[in-house]
Amino acid sequence: MDTQITLRVDGADHPLTVDTRTTLLDALRERLRITSPKKGCDHGQCGACTVLLDGRRVNSCLVLAVTVDDAEVITSDGLAAGGEHPLHRAFLDNDAFQCGYCTPGQVCSAAGVLAEARAGWPSTVTDDLTADEVDLTDDEIRDRMSGNLCRCAAYAHIVLAVAAVAEAEGVRR
Amino acid sequence: MREFRYERAADPASAVALLAAEPEGAFLGGGTNLVDLMKLGVATPDVLVDVRRLTSAEVAELPDGGLRIGAAVPNADLAADRRVRERFPVLSQALLAGASGQLRNRATTGGNLLQRTRCSYFTDVTRPCNKRSPGSGCGALQGVHRNHAVLGQTLEGPATCVATHPSDMAVALAALDAVIRVLGPDGEREVPMAELHRLPGDDATRDTTLRHGELVTAIDLPPLGMPSRYRKVRDRASFAFALVSIAAAVRVADGVVDDVRLAFGGVAHKPWRATTAEDALRGRPATEESFAAAADAELAAATPLRDNAFKVPLARNLVVRTLLQLTEGAR
Amino acid sequence: MTTVDRLVGAGVERIDGPAKVRGTAPYAYEQDPGEPICSVAVVQSTVNRGRITRLDPTAAEAMPGVLAVLTPANAPRLGEGLASDLPVLQSLDVHYQGQIVAAVVAESSEIAKAAVGAVAVEYAAHEPDVVLSTDRPDLYAPPQLMAGYETDSVIGDVEGALAAAAVTVDATYETPTQHNNPIEMHTSMARWDGDRLTLWDANQGPHNIVNDLMTAFGLERGQVRVISPYVGGAFGSKAFTHPNQILAAMAAKVVGRTVVFELTRQQMFCLVGHRTPTIQRVRLGADAEGRLTAISHEVVEHTSRISEFAEQTATPTRVLYAAPHRRTTHRLARLDVPPPTIMRAPGETPGMFALESAMDELAHSLGIDPVELRVRNEPERDPERDVPWSSRNLVACLRTGAERFGWAGRDLRPGVREDGRWLVGTGVAAATYPARRRKAECRITGHGDGRWTVEIDGSDIGTGAWTALTQISADALGVGLGAVELRIGDSDLPFAGGAGGSTGLASWGSAIVLTAREVRRQLDERYGGQLPADGIVVKGEVPGPSPHAEQYSMHAFGAHFVEVRVDRDTGEVRLPRASSVYAAGTIVNARTARSQFLGGFSMGVSMALHEGTIADERLGHYVNHDLAEYHVATNADIGDIDIHWLDEDDPYVNELGIKGIGEIGITGAAAAVANAYWHATGLRVRDLPITPDKYFRALGQG
Repeated sequence: MDTQITLRVDGADHPLTVDTRTTLLDALRERLRITSPKKGCDHGQCGACTVLLDGRRVNSCLVLAVTVDDAEVITSDGLAAGGEHPLHRAFLDNDAFQCGYCTPGQVCSAAGVLAEARAGWPSTVTDDLTADEVDLTDDEIRDRMSGNLCRCAAYAHIVLAVAAVAEAEGVRR
Repeated sequence: MREFRYERAADPASAVALLAAEPEGAFLGGGTNLVDLMKLGVATPDVLVDVRRLTSAEVAELPDGGLRIGAAVPNADLAADRRVRERFPVLSQALLAGASGQLRNRATTGGNLLQRTRCSYFTDVTRPCNKRSPGSGCGALQGVHRNHAVLGQTLEGPATCVATHPSDMAVALAALDAVIRVLGPDGEREVPMAELHRLPGDDATRDTTLRHGELVTAIDLPPLGMPSRYRKVRDRASFAFALVSIAAAVRVADGVVDDVRLAFGGVAHKPWRATTAEDALRGRPATEESFAAAADAELAAATPLRDNAFKVPLARNLVVRTLLQLTEGAR
Repeated sequence: MTTVDRLVGAGVERIDGPAKVRGTAPYAYEQDPGEPICSVAVVQSTVNRGRITRLDPTAAEAMPGVLAVLTPANAPRLGEGLASDLPVLQSLDVHYQGQIVAAVVAESSEIAKAAVGAVAVEYAAHEPDVVLSTDRPDLYAPPQLMAGYETDSVIGDVEGALAAAAVTVDATYETPTQHNNPIEMHTSMARWDGDRLTLWDANQGPHNIVNDLMTAFGLERGQVRVISPYVGGAFGSKAFTHPNQILAAMAAKVVGRTVVFELTRQQMFCLVGHRTPTIQRVRLGADAEGRLTAISHEVVEHTSRISEFAEQTATPTRVLYAAPHRRTTHRLARLDVPPPTIMRAPGETPGMFALESAMDELAHSLGIDPVELRVRNEPERDPERDVPWSSRNLVACLRTGAERFGWAGRDLRPGVREDGRWLVGTGVAAATYPARRRKAECRITGHGDGRWTVEIDGSDIGTGAWTALTQISADALGVGLGAVELRIGDSDLPFAGGAGGSTGLASWGSAIVLTAREVRRQLDERYGGQLPADGIVVKGEVPGPSPHAEQYSMHAFGAHFVEVRVDRDTGEVRLPRASSVYAAGTIVNARTARSQFLGGFSMGVSMALHEGTIADERLGHYVNHDLAEYHVATNADIGDIDIHWLDEDDPYVNELGIKGIGEIGITGAAAAVANAYWHATGLRVRDLPITPDKYFRALGQG
């Protein structure tokens, strides 16, 4: 069933026609050909499709496009409005990827992790659930980044990359 | 995926009215489970009524010191809510142990409660499954069932089902005696958590006692007043469903168990409230021996399958370990 | 002329990195074919072996937006000579569950996927036969193994030596079916322009795919172009042509439009291969000092009804340790399973789990430190081929790794260390992988303005080839990185074998070096050493294996040291730290090499603790066919990993001294984990993966 929507992606409005069945991921990749978010499983099991939806990291493969025609979508490509985001630099500095396919999702997820840490959100490895501030230790980063599978297994380098930005942002001591 | 109509409603009542008229329709919350099941052809609604922003997305104080959680509160927000973290850590920990950061951001409280089993015979429409296709058989019973139920299964007949309920959050809510507030075509009603989910019994297709068109609007948490904790064991360190999990809360006075709540995840078709173990513990000394005996009493009813007997000693060890941790210093 | 060391060895940042972190590097689906793209979705068999008795596409054909439904009845006939499951839709016979029995081409992916459900298919089927065992009467010895290895090897009198040995180990190890599961699903986008086919495709070597497309569609070389500059992981599954490439081209031809066939994750479990399960009996005999007198390694594994894939599982046992009496054997069962294929270090990966676990068991029986046991059995020469090593530094890897890890003073006893509720243990295992070189061609164009274009059909599946080959090119031409434009991943470029067998840089790099030498020679002879204003084009090649390959045994080696913690209440396993040390010849890019070693080792940890595809023995299908149920390691499963390598100069392997590093990291890693698990718990789990249920099984509690 076709529906007219407008997707706001990386700061630009895109009016388009989608099937009600079309996911946000497919609307981006197949309709708009915005291919920074990747498809790795299409079922929320790998994290390659992660984007920031109204500032929160989500799996775009499980979001129906018709439900988000008033939302702001940010992909890794749009994180820094055409420039290099500190996470981009940190991933490059630490060689935090190999094939690169899961990487835009990892980067968006990392951006979400940093925002969640700034907001003081705990994780399953947080010792003191009532603490006001989050310290993004290596273990905290590992747990929080575990929704993004990397089959090249650059995990140890992803931790370094996220840690570098976390430190710069003051959410890692 | 079957074609469907997408509807938004002005308020919960009109959403309920909309769906009541659509026997094959469904409410859409965060979509993290429903959209998945629609892609797999397991769920085939012809109408989706979007309720993600209809119900409350707030956590509110109740007069008795409890909390009312709006059904639209995302799992991530609920886990991070300061009052939940301080008063109901078991719930915060259960939520944080579930899924991934991305999924928790999108999944709602109401949707999490109603998520369906991840039994791979259920999610694969080419396989026999009495839950999805009554009378087709239970593929898992003689098939691959290492991570299936050990308690309360239906082991014969047309409703044979050995699936488990996948939610972590629901296990904590079961231990917390949560009350589910539901709006239906006939008005509002309250469903105690213990009565929300059901065992397969003689109808494996139904996971809960909710009727078509009923919408979860909120979840009430009565005050707990005990230390609590959630512990989940899974095949990998993160982002996997439970093999066995436990939600526990216990209060000890003078070395004796004054009150206790125990619920298991990953062992049954529903969050398994371990009332036998609780009864065995109340008034007993808070010792490792009592904890083990209570666990054994609960698990005596277990009917493990060919390849999942490990869940019984695992569940037992979790009871003992978690209660020991919760009572450390009070014993 | 020797190569300049200016850039080779440096940790140059990935030249494709900025595009990859932003997500703008175009993988197969992301290329622009110049017109709207139709989608292909497939109907798959739900039986393992049998024949289609009814197939009704009419309901699907009637759905709006459906352009065609391809079935064995109407699909274009393909050329003869396609192997395995490549003759897509050419017959009503079914050979494995998940086989493509019909395909829908539609205007959108939503329509194509919905229409698949409307195709009615019925079968006459046999009961599935999918269970591998050592007592099957139909086990057979294949004529040879993958990569041309002999099926069996026998030296001396193994049985006699075992009977006479002071200490023996006799144990059987099992590894499950595993799936490569690159995160980019296999994807092929096809467009025909008249009789010319363009395929944008996810693969490990475009030339590998071109040949099968030529056969399938009766095309000449030059009529097919396969373009694959960026590939989202592969690990072997994208090495060879699978049905997806053939079907995409077929569908595009039928509808006269550009089509894309992007597999679903579930389809990745049957249409693009897997690693065979193995059952491996290892027997070791040693004298009281731990010198091996006999090694026997007998392997049972599976292949499919329609292909023979004989994984070379025991071949590392032919090179790793000295022993006068030795035997390796491989036997196959033909099962109703999809065709197996290569998966990261085929052979070495499962084989080293068995051999290196058995060595650990032997060390325990002898009361000898497992590092010392390995050192005592270091062979002077290749123990089966009886030729010298081109270079071999296993002992140095073991010693260096032991030092970096803090192995000294390790208590040999298992199950005695606790940290709270954690049981703590450490383990070691060796790593090895052959160093090979393959034929490759190269074309270098010098432009009058001092820029150079280097063209070769190499692939970067995440290895860092884009960067490493640019470094090699710059050095070979004596220019800076910025002066070199590299072109890879396109079958219109000069021939190269795919990325596989850890041969990529060794082969492509050598071709570049040899071609650059010819460039220099021509410049010196004809142009006085100066690049002429109208440029120069030079073609070169490396013909194949190293000329020294017959006289020397060529392998990379390594050693893994790991700490494992096992929760005594739950059987959960954690790996907080590890050290891996390698001696793998020249390391071209220190930055990307570290990632390759790290990734290989971490995949070995994943294999040890998580990975295994489980077949339903009655229904015949792979049950855990997605990434929620087929567990691979997550970030939280990998601890602090110390990666280190030794300087090693091997003058024999190839022009650059490269041994190849894509695979060695995974070899032996699972054994190191299993050995540490035993050291932590006293429980020996010989069948992977080591999941919590096996802890209780080993304790006799489930």
